[in-house]
Amino acid sequence: MLQYNELSADPNAQTLKSIYVYEAPVRLWHWVQAVAMVVLVATGFLISYPPPSVGGEASDSFLFGYIRFAHFTAGYVLAIVTVLRIYWAFVGNDYAKQLFVVPLWSRQYWREMWHEIRWYSFAADKPLKYGGHNPLAQFFMCFVLMVTTFFMIATGFALYGEGTGEGSWANVAFGWVIPLLGDSQAVHTWHHLGTWVVITFTMIHLYAAIREDITSRQSIMSTMVSGYRTFKD
Amino acid sequence: METFYDVLRRQGITRRSFVKFCSLTATSLGLGSAFAPRIAHALETKPRTPVLWLHGLECTCCSESFIRSAHPLAKDVVLSMLSLDYDDTLMAAAGHQAHAILEEITAKHKGEYILAVEGNPPLAEDGMFCISGGKPFIDKLKWVAKDAKAVIAWGSCASWGCVQAAKPNPTQATPIHKVITDKPIVKVPGCPPIAEVMTAVVTYMLTFDRIPELDRQGRPKMFYGQRIHDKCYRRPHFDAGQFVEAWDDEGARKGYCLYKVGCKGPTSYSPCSTMRWNEGVSFPIASGHGCIGCSEDGFWDKGSFYDRVTQINAFGVEGNADRIGGAVAAVTGTAIAAHAGLTALKRARLDHGTGFDRNGEETGQRRDPQGGRRPAETAAVDQNTGRGA
Ligand code: HEM
Ligand code: HEM
Ligand code: SF4
Ligand code: SF4
Repeated sequence: MLQYNELSADPNAQTLKSIYVYEAPVRLWHWVQAVAMVVLVATGFLISYPPPSVGGEASDSFLFGYIRFAHFTAGYVLAIVTVLRIYWAFVGNDYAKQLFVVPLWSRQYWREMWHEIRWYSFAADKPLKYGGHNPLAQFFMCFVLMVTTFFMIATGFALYGEGTGEGSWANVAFGWVIPLLGDSQAVHTWHHLGTWVVITFTMIHLYAAIREDITSRQSIMSTMVSGYRTFKD
Repeated sequence: METFYDVLRRQGITRRSFVKFCSLTATSLGLGSAFAPRIAHALETKPRTPVLWLHGLECTCCSESFIRSAHPLAKDVVLSMLSLDYDDTLMAAAGHQAHAILEEITAKHKGEYILAVEGNPPLAEDGMFCISGGKPFIDKLKWVAKDAKAVIAWGSCASWGCVQAAKPNPTQATPIHKVITDKPIVKVPGCPPIAEVMTAVVTYMLTFDRIPELDRQGRPKMFYGQRIHDKCYRRPHFDAGQFVEAWDDEGARKGYCLYKVGCKGPTSYSPCSTMRWNEGVSFPIASGHGCIGCSEDGFWDKGSFYDRVTQINAFGVEGNADRIGGAVAAVTGTAIAAHAGLTALKRARLDHGTGFDRNGEETGQRRDPQGGRRPAETAAVDQNTGRGA
């Protein structure tokens, strides 16, 4: 865990001009899952609202089949990189753990959270410096995005297991989700609602990343490319 | 004690018909012909099992379906003549006579009889909304269930609650697994279930003396293991992307998939697309109408049968996932735009006022010779927390 001291969230950020924050596997994971999410949202909506009917013989076309196939493939990709990302939280650097462990027990964390809220509501002049995530970002990353990702994987594979059938791994591992949420149609509804959480998260994520990149004292966008956080002052 | 076979012979059934029935049963259960002799043997040697059929809050469509079974032997012979000892709506006896049979069987065959329940008990007002034999149905149900070997929940009413349990469920109609918790319960959902499914489930339990293998939700796997959609003959059109867009359009005439007009086949577990209805004549999709999901928990509370993305009735909101999610995203988008505007405004003021650009370099345009702190200096001590930032 990162140590929180009296001065700032991240002591490294006080002394160094640049910190290696996101190791290569984290960066790779980030961009793969970002692409997977975009594909999942797009094909997901096409599953709910299929494109206009194609004509001709049924055997000439497999349009909806391919749309669903793309969704399931992206779903598998997302699930696999998520598992690998969890593995990396164990073996990677301290910053790699931030997605999964939020120091809710630390007073310092909440004080800095308050500062971050003030910064976003224009009440504070400057954000604090962080190597990894600021407290607000970390909170959203873990409790909104990661939780939703797990939820989407669980409900997604529960639905997938309906097609692959009784005894398939997806049905065995995730079939219990269906009675838990009511019935199959209810799982579709929850899966669909989760899609909107992903969309809303991504909107805020992109806005915050671009805004912070411009207004804060640290690099943001380039950090997810190079891995280094550099400080401007 | 009498065996099934004894009773059969007494009823004038020939050995030949009996063997035929055994083969038929084996086939309908998907067991293969090798099982026919085993079924015959079981029926010849096992004492017969009484079945008691109770009716609660219901529309009796399960009974209506049942008595139209395409397997008359199963329905008439096994149930009406052999085993169905009590069924208020079908039996000849009525009133005290009928009640006496119930008392007799529950006493004489303690722990041996099968209880089949159609409908469900309403629990509000101490069960006042369904009175049978002068008493709340819930009392009768609990009394008969107490010494039953196993319980069959007929239809969506007994299994899930069905339309009488639709919001706001004024009578508090409750599926039976919520009131009978100490017995194995076989759910046979559907509104109604298919007749052949009903007879096959009872026959299985009578001949093999055990309940069929159940899925996670307590339904026999052999009939509820797959969705309508998995065996629908319109499925090739689904995969091809050929849909009925509106009633009576070209696609409807061509028999395209009914997904876009709300077919619930992809979310409904029932063998309608394989066994079909009315002696295998048809099923809704074959008649050009989507499945409404009548075998599913909560199908009555999810809005229109013609919507693919259905209604949500939780947290006091009404709307589908897209209306709710879309509203949240729109509010977020507006907030982001407003926030971005304020951010730009603030930065513009900062830049011009201080004489330093955003990186803290001198711009030579300081307007206020006295003030204007260099951003980097502000950073040294955080004004707001008083701590170093
Ligand atoms: C964040 C990630 C995901 C998003 C945004 C997403 C989005 C969607 C959407 C919008 C639907 C349509 C729901 C409906 O209205 O019926 C859907 C359906 C589905 N999704 Fe996902 N999904 C995600 C992840 C997954 C995963 C990981 C899987 C696992 C393979 C998966 C499997 C499915 C399946 C099987 C269906 C139903 C397809 C059908 O009914 O033909 N999804 N998804
Ligand atoms: C395609 C546009 C995207 C861009 C430009 C982008 C950019 C970034 C950047 C710059 C960071 C690093 C933030 C920092 O410096 O602390 C980041 C982190 C992150 N992004 Fe994205 N992102 C995109 C899409 C997404 C999507 C679609 C998701 C998931 C829905 C996502 C999930 C995350 C997560 C979970 C992190 C935290 C990584 C960690 O702590 O290990 N991103 N993103
Ligand atoms: S008509 Fe209904 S059950 Fe048949 S393929 Fe289309 S969606 Fe599936
Ligand atoms: S096709 Fe659907 S709505 Fe019709 S009886 Fe079967 S499960 Fe019920």
